[in-house]
Amino acid sequence: MKSMEVSRLTDTGELKDFISGVLQRSPAQQTEVMVTEWDSALTRFANNGIHQNVAERNVSVRVRVVKDGKTGVASINQMNQAAASDVLNRAIAIADLQPKGEVVPMPGPAPAQPVEAWSDATAAATPEERADFVEAICVKAGHAGLKAFGAYSTSAGQLAIANSLGVFHHHRSTQATVNAVIMGDAGSGYADRGAVDVGELDRDELATEVIDKAKRNQNAQPVEPGDYEVVLEEYAVAEMLEFMSFMGFSALAAQEERSFMRLDERITGENVSIWDNALDLSGLPVSFDFEGVPKQRVDLITRGVARGLVYDQLTAQRAGRQSTGHGLPAPNTEGPFAVNLFMEPGTTAKAELLSDIKRGIWVTRFWYVRIVHPKASIITGMTREGTFLIENGRITRPVKDLRFTQSILDALNGTLALSRTTKLQIGEYIGASRVPAIRLKAFTFTS
Amino acid sequence: MKNFVATALNAAQVKGASYADVRLDERVQQDITVKNGQLAAVSDDASEGLGVRVLVDGAWGFAGSARLDENEVELVVERAIRIARASARARSVPVDLGPPVTSRGHYRTPVERDPFTVPLSEKVELLLRADQAMGSVKGVTIREGSMEFIRQKKVFASTEGALTEQELFESGAGIEATATSPDEVQNRSYPNSFGRHQGAAGYEYITALQLDRHGQRIGEEAVALLSADQCPSGVKTLILDASQVALQVHESCGHPTELDRVFGMEAAYAGTSFMTPEKLRHLQYGSPKVTITADALTPTGLGTFGWDDEGVPAQRSFLIQEGLFVGYLTSRETASVLGQQSNGTMRADGWNRIPLIRMTNVNLEPGDSSLEQMIAETKDGIYMETNRSWSIDDKRLNFQFGTQLAYEILNGKRGRLLKNATYAGITPEFWNSCDAVAGKSEWRVWGLANCGKGQPPQVAHVAHGAAPTRFQNVRVGILK
Repeated sequence: MKSMEVSRLTDTGELKDFISGVLQRSPAQQTEVMVTEWDSALTRFANNGIHQNVAERNVSVRVRVVKDGKTGVASINQMNQAAASDVLNRAIAIADLQPKGEVVPMPGPAPAQPVEAWSDATAAATPEERADFVEAICVKAGHAGLKAFGAYSTSAGQLAIANSLGVFHHHRSTQATVNAVIMGDAGSGYADRGAVDVGELDRDELATEVIDKAKRNQNAQPVEPGDYEVVLEEYAVAEMLEFMSFMGFSALAAQEERSFMRLDERITGENVSIWDNALDLSGLPVSFDFEGVPKQRVDLITRGVARGLVYDQLTAQRAGRQSTGHGLPAPNTEGPFAVNLFMEPGTTAKAELLSDIKRGIWVTRFWYVRIVHPKASIITGMTREGTFLIENGRITRPVKDLRFTQSILDALNGTLALSRTTKLQIGEYIGASRVPAIRLKAFTFTS
Repeated sequence: MKNFVATALNAAQVKGASYADVRLDERVQQDITVKNGQLAAVSDDASEGLGVRVLVDGAWGFAGSARLDENEVELVVERAIRIARASARARSVPVDLGPPVTSRGHYRTPVERDPFTVPLSEKVELLLRADQAMGSVKGVTIREGSMEFIRQKKVFASTEGALTEQELFESGAGIEATATSPDEVQNRSYPNSFGRHQGAAGYEYITALQLDRHGQRIGEEAVALLSADQCPSGVKTLILDASQVALQVHESCGHPTELDRVFGMEAAYAGTSFMTPEKLRHLQYGSPKVTITADALTPTGLGTFGWDDEGVPAQRSFLIQEGLFVGYLTSRETASVLGQQSNGTMRADGWNRIPLIRMTNVNLEPGDSSLEQMIAETKDGIYMETNRSWSIDDKRLNFQFGTQLAYEILNGKRGRLLKNATYAGITPEFWNSCDAVAGKSEWRVWGLANCGKGQPPQVAHVAHGAAPTRFQNVRVGILK
């Protein structure tokens, strides 16, 4: 039975032939073809049982043409000769019908550092294996008198990008993720894991963490809103970094004067360093971006000082420099995006981060974070599934979830300690962050 | 294409499914963006595929594929059946769908002018005119305008005998002006935020927006906001414009009345709900001024269709009646748990996703006041317009919203312009403080094309009818 479930992706040679065919057929001065293909499955559970269980096989062929200084983009989710003609013709028609605009330059060929992001075990994961994994968590929750909710997914995919200037890059990847909420009658806990190789997901360790958190988070009582010293677990830290990326790490945000980044100025505490590196194998590696540019490491904040921004082809052209390999698929008006973020760990054991906090709050994760003021890096959101009061260096009781409204830079300016361990947090749509847990001097809870 | 439907249903039954449904879905989408006087992006996307949902031993399995040939259809069915059998190993209670659904027929969105027949040049020229109007205002640093058009053809068939075909259209457009200073970024958009205003309609919907007539105004407002006073903090009377009311309804009534959330089916992602079954017909959710319906028959609503993705006919039902919580948004599976029948809200984000309970057009019914009257009656308040940020907890109780623009109201008159306005509250307290809703003449249907839910993630296009509304004793101005 197992062999039937191995993810079905198009053979690399066949993929290359298809792309070459489109490029050769194009009458445009410049043509780019991007193919993404994926075979994915997700098993979802609630109330200690599987309630949704799905699988999908899909492909996207995206063609960008530049003809007489005009750009057209079209896509189709079929990969055959008829689809190739159709998508190319539509892209050309769009280019022909429009006035001249600013052309995003296509890159020329450049070597990309190969990175391994594939696991045969993940690609071959079966529905029965997913059901077994989920069942084990549900059984443990049931034995503890609790209920389990969550999702377990495995996927395999490939990305290929080529253009008429000679670029061809190809990347295969797998991903396995699981998230779990365990609920009692009066509270809940949360944990998640993600990896390239499904074998790295330890269901017993995950279940132990989330069940322990749920047990400790029963009958939470309110605490007065206000400014508290906090410990943020990795789940919350990763979300904060993602919002920094969204608001400020992009060259477009800086060029449009929307970014909080003030280059060469100190903007956070000196113990904070953040960078983007898609080539680091401890993240979710990929060797090139969606414009076919090889990925580069970019130091964003180094020892508290704003050092760099990420660029795509358009923002690099405007700045008179090279792209750093952070482009998104065409047509893109959102600018470049840092999606492989790292935060430098510290020297403190995670469990010791609270050791001399007199009165503070321990936060497991954030929920529904939104931007309030991009230039001041102010966000709002709620805490969720594990918020605790810290008194005299230890957790004394769970507290009801709190709303925060806080400037990220102000918060990081008061970074008192970082854990020496880090955790990989896979993004919901794209990329991943590897971050430590952190202790901050002040965090504003508003209700 | 329709041959695949029969092939899939037959194969599912032969392989042991007690129930199966098949959705064939073909979608084309055109997106156009003009930015700072230039055509920045035009794309034309097409997607088609087939999704098969089966029940085996009381448990669900689903598989979908973009590849449409007889062999692939067989493989998809086989995969769905195998997944369902795996689900059955760890299911809690067997799925009960209630009475069979045997809908048959055709539905097409009423369209006066098919947006896919309108020349690209006409669309771009309109956006460029609006861009020019924004650009005429000194101090506007970023101008952006966009349009989106969608045509979706759907075939649904089930082993119970349902067979429906639908052709659905959407048209949307919007413009936004941004002004920046060393410390501030201020945006104004028209007609709504989130990129554009969208409806189930043809190009006539775009023409009616008159984008070019609003460019200068929003440009001036964005620039004025840079030097406006900060919204004060305090407890005040709050008047919201219709578009912000629409989002308030979405977040604090639409989502918590989704019955799958109530039963924990979204607990690990979107969250649960404070509107639990024992509160049905007991919870005074809002004041008597508050009546909220789910109405999939509302003209131009993004939640308007012929049948949902379980074949249940589009219909209107009450969620809140004169303040009392009286109903949920339901599916066949969840409704049967409460001894009810589905009110037709199951929708999937394409062939490759299972249907979930989604808002249709969740409308705050019009009242008998007016914006002018509400302002005239207010001694000390704030008027807020057009959403800027939104956040609410996982049970849909504790919320905080920010708007692009606000005005102080003092002694019945609109006063100074205010920036960075926010308000916060707890859902039932907030809606119980509602003391006025504007009437039909100010009531509009607002499309939201960015409603996220589910794992794997799905985006639904929903709508909310709303009019300007007033609330008392609301905490405003959280930002320091």
